[in-house]
Amino acid sequence: MTISLIFMSALMLVIAWWIIKQTVNTQPWEAEAGHPEIGGFSGRSLPQPNSKLGLFVFLAVVTSLFSLFISAYMMRMELGDWRPLSDPDLLWWNSAALVFSSIAMQWALIAAKKNQIETMRNGMLIGGFFAIAFMAGQLIAWQQLIASGYMAQSNPANAFFYLITGLHALHLLGGLVVWSRTTIKLLAGARLEQLRLSVELCAFYWHFLLVIWVILFSLLLST
Amino acid sequence: MSNVAHDAHDYVPPVEIPEMELYHPKTWLGKYVFCQDAKVIAIQYSVVAIGIGLVALVMSLLIRVQLGWPGTFDFIDPAGYIQLVTMHGMIMVVYLLTALFLGGFGNYLIPLMVGARDMVFPFVNMLSFWIYFIAVLVLLASLFVPGGPSGAGWTLYPPQAILPGTPGSGTGIILMLVSLSLFIVGFTMGGLNYVVTVLQARTRGMTLMRMPLTVWGIFMATVLALLAFPALLVACIMMLLDATIGTSFFMPAIVSMGQQLDYEGGSPILFQHLFWFFGHPEVYIVALPAFGIVSDLLSVHARKNIFGYRMMVWALVIIAALSFVVWAHHMYVSGMNPYFGFFFATTTLIIAVPTAIKVYNWVLTLWRGNIRLNVPMLFAIGFIFTFVNGGLTGLFLGNVTIDLPLSDTMFVVAHFHMVMAVSPILVVFGAIYHWYPKITGRMLDDTLGKFHFWTTFLGTYAIYYPMHYLGFLGVPRRYYSIEGTSFIPESAADLNVAISIAAIFVGAVQLVFLYNLFVSYFRGKEAGPNPWEATTLEWQTADTPPKHGNFGEKLPLVYRWAYDFSVPGAEKDFIPQNVPPSVGAKTVDDEDYDQHS
Repeated sequence: MTISLIFMSALMLVIAWWIIKQTVNTQPWEAEAGHPEIGGFSGRSLPQPNSKLGLFVFLAVVTSLFSLFISAYMMRMELGDWRPLSDPDLLWWNSAALVFSSIAMQWALIAAKKNQIETMRNGMLIGGFFAIAFMAGQLIAWQQLIASGYMAQSNPANAFFYLITGLHALHLLGGLVVWSRTTIKLLAGARLEQLRLSVELCAFYWHFLLVIWVILFSLLLST
Repeated sequence: MSNVAHDAHDYVPPVEIPEMELYHPKTWLGKYVFCQDAKVIAIQYSVVAIGIGLVALVMSLLIRVQLGWPGTFDFIDPAGYIQLVTMHGMIMVVYLLTALFLGGFGNYLIPLMVGARDMVFPFVNMLSFWIYFIAVLVLLASLFVPGGPSGAGWTLYPPQAILPGTPGSGTGIILMLVSLSLFIVGFTMGGLNYVVTVLQARTRGMTLMRMPLTVWGIFMATVLALLAFPALLVACIMMLLDATIGTSFFMPAIVSMGQQLDYEGGSPILFQHLFWFFGHPEVYIVALPAFGIVSDLLSVHARKNIFGYRMMVWALVIIAALSFVVWAHHMYVSGMNPYFGFFFATTTLIIAVPTAIKVYNWVLTLWRGNIRLNVPMLFAIGFIFTFVNGGLTGLFLGNVTIDLPLSDTMFVVAHFHMVMAVSPILVVFGAIYHWYPKITGRMLDDTLGKFHFWTTFLGTYAIYYPMHYLGFLGVPRRYYSIEGTSFIPESAADLNVAISIAAIFVGAVQLVFLYNLFVSYFRGKEAGPNPWEATTLEWQTADTPPKHGNFGEKLPLVYRWAYDFSVPGAEKDFIPQNVPPSVGAKTVDDEDYDQHS
């Protein structure tokens, strides 16, 4: 639990620091005269679009979720009956697919910023393809493990393997739902301006899940 | 963004907050059932939460009936008793208080108080309620499955939670875990809305530090809940796998009823860590909205600005941050390194500092205020008493050496009921009496309200004060019967009878409240837009009750904080937030404004 403790304390410190920074130099009791026509009101919102901020908040929740799983993993690992499983080599190929997927999404994002709709479409399609390839690869890796007798019931290391890879895949699946909605609009001929934000959020989410996967994969490899 | 000159009669859309496209229901179903208006969602949340809360209230009365007159009522057997205890605790903490404060009050008050037309993601908000509703149905379904609901205690500790000897260890516990997981998913959807709405949808002039403390309390509680509920989700998923497919995350090698089970090596302590990593912040998820709401009630009804507004905000933030580093004080008896015990006892006691700041500030707000003893004010003052009482016993229990003998006794039951059951519920009542006129347009009956307050307030003391004493005697919690226990004097049974009578009385009094809610909706006195003469934006709406879109054609502009009461020289003893300052106030600084936009 130390990892979660440190992580959560750091996160709460950041949140508390941000809020207190926003509030320390204010005199809330003083009224302020803005003007309905020319403005002059303080209290602006953040520059990010709402959906982007919503994604950030959601990612904080997901980070909390995974850090707790990792904490649980580390605590359970230290008990006597933990027998590490040999990770299938396929996981390396899957990781490569996920990296390619992320790169393609970034490519789409750069194209979206440069108003190149063709390139953006290619980037999105390739990104989605590699993400689906990753999911399929994970499924095959599961089947390989089950075929070689690594059942979830027989050892906590196996159970944790299925649990955290499954959970990661589930998050990617959620991303693919958003991706498919964006791609369908794209193929139906929507204008680039309407989709730029969606592409940006998809790319960001993909990178986030890549980082989570790298952490999870190194945890699986090292134990 | 440049400032174009406008015709003075034109409505100028707020510069920072783009006008949002409102949801327009096309069908009856879309208007009343799958509605995306935060106010309707708030009422849906509240009705379901109060409904399920009444079920849990009846459960608590059954518990008291058994404790007061053991052996008299045949329909409560030991298994049924522990199932009642479990369901009562879980429903009250999660499905009533969390849902009511965040889903109910959060949805109703955040958009109105910050001057927004609605939540920023109305569709997700609607989904949030329906997932919560399904979670409640799944939980209720567990009452009717073979074996009944889970009887593991609300903490659901493994291994006993899923061992065959525990009531409801089959379908009951699985439905409980599924229901909790659904609740967390639904809450996360709502929580995203509350956080992003507070950060992004405030109207012009509503700086963070001009927000009413109600919004601050709900906001910080939501941040806490978003980060803490994943711990419960992790615990639920892993226990679900232990119970269904036979993994050994939490389950050690164990012989149950003479049979060696298939589990090996799991760690029940790991579950406790995960559970309390959620469980302690949960206390503050319930308490912080109550803190916020009570601050506003005190200020409005004492006609005084809240004492130390900034300190109140920082105290909320600091309490929220600290609440993540105290969870193991629930686990002193589980065994731990003495240095850990020292660490967690220290952090626990440190929380008393910001909390005490809040209590002092509430009392100082009342000091020389022009106190109007309206029903909401009575409940707010009742909250201060109850919260201080419950908080002080918390100082006892926060110390390892004092906690060990008192652990799992009635003293603990009395402590947490005072501090996180009665206190928040008093605030809930106060808040309902306060905002009911805005929600329905009619006042609740004053006499019935005062009767409700005094009986509830004094009644809960009659219930929980003696319970501390039972705890000192060593009466354990969760026991079906303590008869024949040599170290407990027979007078304890008399005390139990007295407590039970008080509990049944307080339970019955709530019917008066429900009657009041129901009758006042049709026959209550017309409230008018601002019956309490309050300053916050929800009282300045064009219509009462506010229509969809909240503020009519123009969003309000905010010039001041929410606490301009009894300002010297002002015409009335309150100045609403959307009233511009008179001469001599700070003027527009165009240059500065342009730099920011």
